[in-house]
Amino acid sequence: MKLQNQSIKYLSISIFVIISIWAPIFYYNIQDEIHDSLDAGLENQKIQVIRQKLSDTSITQILQQQGNYYIQPLPKAEALVIMDRFQDTSIYLPANKEQAPMRMLSTAFQAGDNYYALKVWSSVVEEDDLITDLFWAMVWLYIVLIISIIVINNFALRRLWRPFYQILAHLKAYRVEKDQPLPAVRSKTDEFRELQKAADLLTEHARAVFNSQKQFTENASHELQTPLAVITNKTELLLEKGDLEQQTAVELTQILGIIHHLKQLNKSLLLLSKIENKQFAENKRVSIGQICHEVLENLEPYATYKSVQINFEQLSPVELEINQILVHILVSNLVKNAIFHNKEKGQIHVLLQEDKLEVSNTATGEALDGQAIFKRFYKGGSSQKSTGLGLSIIAAICKRYGFKIQYQYSGQMHNFTVYFNTNSHNQH
Amino acid sequence: MKILIVEDEPALLQAVKTSLEKEAYKVETASDFDTALEKISIYEYDCILLDIMLPGGSGLELLGELKEAEKTENVIIISAKDSIDDKIKGLELGADDYLTKPFHIAELNARVKAVLRRKKMDGKESLDVNNVRLYLNDRQVFIDKIPLNLNRKEFDLLNYFLLNNGRLITREALAEHVWGDNIDQADNFDFIYYQIKNLRKKLQAASAEIEIQAVYGVGYKLVDV
Repeated sequence: MKLQNQSIKYLSISIFVIISIWAPIFYYNIQDEIHDSLDAGLENQKIQVIRQKLSDTSITQILQQQGNYYIQPLPKAEALVIMDRFQDTSIYLPANKEQAPMRMLSTAFQAGDNYYALKVWSSVVEEDDLITDLFWAMVWLYIVLIISIIVINNFALRRLWRPFYQILAHLKAYRVEKDQPLPAVRSKTDEFRELQKAADLLTEHARAVFNSQKQFTENASHELQTPLAVITNKTELLLEKGDLEQQTAVELTQILGIIHHLKQLNKSLLLLSKIENKQFAENKRVSIGQICHEVLENLEPYATYKSVQINFEQLSPVELEINQILVHILVSNLVKNAIFHNKEKGQIHVLLQEDKLEVSNTATGEALDGQAIFKRFYKGGSSQKSTGLGLSIIAAICKRYGFKIQYQYSGQMHNFTVYFNTNSHNQH
Repeated sequence: MKILIVEDEPALLQAVKTSLEKEAYKVETASDFDTALEKISIYEYDCILLDIMLPGGSGLELLGELKEAEKTENVIIISAKDSIDDKIKGLELGADDYLTKPFHIAELNARVKAVLRRKKMDGKESLDVNNVRLYLNDRQVFIDKIPLNLNRKEFDLLNYFLLNNGRLITREALAEHVWGDNIDQADNFDFIYYQIKNLRKKLQAASAEIEIQAVYGVGYKLVDV
């Protein structure tokens, strides 16, 4: 649920509760006020009636009634104990043919020697009418309030929260490997400024960690080179001595094989981290067709040895602004894979088009896991000697230049396609 | 032939020294910047193997000193850094070759020989062992002045063997030399074996006075017939 709707939900519920508590209190207050004012009116009326009656104290005159009052004679003893009394009652109105609610004041007074009881009344607003009117007033008030809140939410809140959504969008788009700080968001709100600060701090930290990790891979690989050189050379010298037993020599050779593997691993890791650190900065216009020719010529003896037939087809000349060494590694890794993971007397098709390079080869086994193959240290079943980094290097080079690499398996053929991103590779 | 090795790792220094002495070179060593500078300014060497990261300074500085003193020693840089920038910088400063650690003894041997030979021959390079003559620039091989037809890899292999005449070359060293850097699965020894078998046959058919001998399970060695 969006923040806006959440706040509307809470506000509408609480306003509903407030209004429903407030409505009866308001109703009773109004009623009380009406009674007070009615009672004052009745008191006034009483005084006027009595004053008028006292001007002429004959009984007939007094009992003559005009208006909302009623007078009847009363024995003295009774009259003396009567106090002013207000009460709610109802009187039948012949005109309306219904009982109408009234407020009535009962009292007594003395005119001459006689005592009289006096009742004055005034009609009051009908209670159920009042409640109905009040109820609708409340409903309208509620609706108006809710509509106002929605409108305020839409305009004011959205405006207030704009920095928040900007920071959110920046964080979503943030990529630690780009090594750039978060774009600044300007806001006068303290909380958002705090948020921006916290996000800056966090991304800066992530970048520092990422960079030091990259640096570590490179340094570690570098530092390993000299000890590896020592082991290689010492072992080779030992083997060259020639006075070793056959068994010892074979075992030393196995060690040499392991060192060789370690070396390859180290070299590939170093290459990967260099590509990712963008250390191959020098770009120039390179003819991809030319590179393909070189690679194929270089690998031709091995293809011949494996009796693998290579077809190269170039549909249009392709030139890219790219680092020559990297593109060479890219093409040569693709073709090498196609040769190594091919079957005896297999086929390889290399197809170069304006926007893509396709390398497909006859497969020895099943389709590969298109997700996993580009991950580091993925090894497709058979080849133990492989470092499992060849395709990662391909993927890293593609990523470096904004190319897309795709794997497909169809008709017993593995197919790797590199889509050149001809629009954006210049900006690297 | 006098060679100076400038390298701060003693074990590596010793290994390289041992290997080069087998080729009957006179080998001297320096393990820090100052010693190296002193030796360079006093003596003349035919070849200097130079590590870049040295205690007390950079090997590249030493190169600069050499250039300034107008000494024309052959320099092969030996560095743990496989960076193009360093390579270019080193070669610009007058280094003749650049070898990345870790390297095989056979590779170092071949590089040293190639550098020394290039200098001596003034560019007209031929490698002669018995009745075999190899022209590097024309990529041609003659046995008793009769041309021998080799494919690219076979030529590279023969060249490598001639430069390492009489020395053991391990399969790994061969694979790396033939396939170059950035190889992943290319360490397929069957292919090396197959290439060498072909090369052997061709040498034998042309009655070359050399033979590639298999040192079982380890590698190969070029010997006289």
